[in-house]
Amino acid sequence: MIRRPSPRSRAAQWLLLAAGVAVAWYLGSQAAVNIGRRHATFGFGFLADSTNFDIPFRLIPWEVGDTYGRALLVCVLNTLLVSALSIVAATLLGLMVGIMRLSANWLVRNVALGFIELVRNTPQLVQIIFWYVAVLQTLPGPRQSIPLPAGSLLNVRGLYLPSLEPGAAATTLWPIAGILLIATPFVWRLTWRGLPLGSRALLLALLAIVLYVIGIDHIDYPQLRGFNIAGGIQVIPELIALWAGLSIYASAFIAEIVRAAILSVHKGQREAALSLGLRPRQVLSKVVLPQALRVMIPPLTSQYLNIIKSSSLGAAVAYPELFQIFAGTVLQQTAREIETMFLLMAIFLSINLATSALMNWYNRRIALVGR
Amino acid sequence: MLRLCIAVLGALLIVAPARAQTEVKSPTLDAVKKRGELICGIDTGIPGYAYQDSKGEWQGLDIAYCRAIADAIFGSPAKVKYIGVTSKVRFSVLQSGEIDVLIRDSEHTFIRNTQLGLDEPADNFYTAQTFMVRKSLGVAHTKDLNGATICLLTGTTLETNIADYNRANNIKINTLLFDKPEEAFAAADAGRCDGYTDDGGSVAAARSTMKQPGDWMFLPETIGGLQPLGSFTRMGDEAWTRLVKWVHYAMVAGEVFGVGKANIEQVKASTNDPDTRRLLGLEGDFGKLLGVDNNWGYRIIKDIGNYGEVYDATFGDKGGLGLPRGMNNLYSKGGLMFTPSWH
Repeated sequence: MIRRPSPRSRAAQWLLLAAGVAVAWYLGSQAAVNIGRRHATFGFGFLADSTNFDIPFRLIPWEVGDTYGRALLVCVLNTLLVSALSIVAATLLGLMVGIMRLSANWLVRNVALGFIELVRNTPQLVQIIFWYVAVLQTLPGPRQSIPLPAGSLLNVRGLYLPSLEPGAAATTLWPIAGILLIATPFVWRLTWRGLPLGSRALLLALLAIVLYVIGIDHIDYPQLRGFNIAGGIQVIPELIALWAGLSIYASAFIAEIVRAAILSVHKGQREAALSLGLRPRQVLSKVVLPQALRVMIPPLTSQYLNIIKSSSLGAAVAYPELFQIFAGTVLQQTAREIETMFLLMAIFLSINLATSALMNWYNRRIALVGR
Repeated sequence: MLRLCIAVLGALLIVAPARAQTEVKSPTLDAVKKRGELICGIDTGIPGYAYQDSKGEWQGLDIAYCRAIADAIFGSPAKVKYIGVTSKVRFSVLQSGEIDVLIRDSEHTFIRNTQLGLDEPADNFYTAQTFMVRKSLGVAHTKDLNGATICLLTGTTLETNIADYNRANNIKINTLLFDKPEEAFAAADAGRCDGYTDDGGSVAAARSTMKQPGDWMFLPETIGGLQPLGSFTRMGDEAWTRLVKWVHYAMVAGEVFGVGKANIEQVKASTNDPDTRRLLGLEGDFGKLLGVDNNWGYRIIKDIGNYGEVYDATFGDKGGLGLPRGMNNLYSKGGLMFTPSWH
C-alpha cells in the first residue's frame, strides 16, 4: 500500500526541519560571536605549524618539531590501531561467550552468564583503569622482567617482543609478499578450466611467508640497557589496557547479540540438520551460524561504532590517541578549541561512517537472496 | 601638627563618602551577589592546592583563596560552590562563564593573557618545573635523565618545557601523558615511569601520595624558568579582577603587617598603624571601593588567615608536605611575596 502523507503532516515535517536549521544557525552564529570575543580567528592554518611536544607511542616516524598535521596522522593511526585490535578481539570473544551461553553444560553456560553480567554492569572507564592500574601495574620493574617464550619480556613498562629486522633484500621482497598475501583471497575465487582454485590459492600465501622470511636480516631481542629495555618491539601497557578494556566490555554485548541471533534461527533448522546426520559442531558452523550472521550484522555494527568512539577513553590511561593529544596538548598549545573539537568530530564521524558503510556492504552481500 | 591631622581627617571624611558613591560596576560581582554564592573553579584534587580532607571538606591554598573571596563578598567563607576542572577544560569553563574565577594551580602566561583573553590578577604561588625520581635510579641531575620516561599531566606547559630542554641539551627524555593526577601518580608509583614532573608544589604533593615517599627524591635543577601560579578572571570585568587581586594582597598584607588569625582581635583593638587600620576596615573606604563592605580585610584575616598562615597549613609543616617557603616567602625574607601600598 502506498501512503501519501497528508498536507498537515508534511507541513509539520517542514516546520521541524526549519526549526532544526534555525537552532543550528543560532549555535553557529553564537560560536562566531564567541570566537570574536576571544580575539580569535577560525582556521586550520595551524596544522602546518611545527609542534613542540612529543607523542610517546606511534606507528610512523615522528619527531618533535614535525607539523600539527603529522601529529594528527600519528594520532589517527593510534586510534585506528586500538579500534581495529579491539573490534577483532571483541568479535572473537563475544562469539565464543555467546555460544557458551547456549551450551548444554551447566557450568559453561553459567560462567558465560556471570562474565556477561559482570562486564556489562560496570562502567567501561572503571574497567580500563582496572586493567591498567590493578593488573598491568602490579608487574615487576624492567630489571625483574618476566621472561616469556621466544625471547619476549614482560614488565610494568609493557610487553617486549623480538623484532624481525629487515635486510637489504627486504625492500623488494616484503612488498611482493604483501601483494601476494592481499591477492590470495581473490585467487581463491578464480576458476581454472571450470574448476574453482579454492585452497590451492594458499600456495601464494606460503610463497609470501617464504619471501618474508628470506627478507629477514636478523632478530633483534629486547635487552635491559640503562633505565629501560632496549631493542625489539615494545607493546606499551597503555595500549594493552585500553585494548582489554574496550574489547572485553564490547564482547559482553556482542555475546548477547550472538545469543539472540542464534536463538532467532528456527528450531526446525537445527532438528532437520541433526536428522540429516550432521554432527552438533557441523550444525553450528554450517547451518545455524550462517543464518544467525544475517541477524547479527546490524546490531554488531553499532557495537563496532561504540568501540571506535570509546577509544577516546584512552586519554585516562595515557594512550596517545586522537582525543588525548588533540583535545589536550594541541588545544592547550594552540588555543584553537573550536577547530580542534571540529577536527575530532569530523574524524570520528568519517571513521564511523566508513565502518558502517563497510558493514552495510557486507550485510547486503550475505543477505538471503530469494531464488 | 594636630591641626594638620584634623585637616587630613576632615578631608578624608569629605572625600571618602564621595568616593564610595562611585559605584563599582561589575557584572560578575553582581551575578555572584544575586546567586548568593561564589562559583570557584579548582583542581580536581591535588594535595597542597586543593584536596578533600578525611571529612570531605575541601582544603588547600587555592581553596583558601576561594573562601577568602566569598568571605569578602558575603561575610561567610562557606558560600562557595567548588567546580573541579581538568587542566584541559579549565580556561574554556572560565571563558564560558560557568565559573566566576579560576584558582587552579595554573601558570600565568602570555598566551593565556592575550590569545585566551583572560586576566591574571595575582600570583599566589611561585614555583618551577621540578623532577622527582626514585632514589634507586641513581640519577643526580636532570640532564642525566636521557632515555628515561617521565609521567606528567597533559594540557600543560610541562610538555613544551621538556621538548625545549631535550632540544637544548640534545638528549631525549620520554614522556607519558595523563589526564588526571591520580592515574599519573599510580603509574609513577608502579614504576611505569622513572619519575614524575610538575611544578615544585605539585611534585611535593605527588611525593606525599607515594607508597614510600622516602624512596623518592627531587632533582636539584628546575627547567622552564619561574612559574607564577595564580588566579584567572575573564577579561572585561576590571572591577571583579580588582577584587580578586586585592583579596590576595590583603592576605599578604596581613603577614607583612604582622596581623594573623591568632592576634587579630588584639591588633584590631590596639593598632595605630594606618596601613593595618585600612586593611582591617578601621579607616578609609577600602572595601566599598572594591564593591564589598569595609570589614572585608578583617574577615579574611580572621576566618582564613594571612598568607603565611595559609601556606603553613597547606604546603608547610601543618599541611604535612613540609615544602620550604623559598620563593613564596615575603620580600623581606628573601622571597617574592609583596603587597602594594595600602593608601
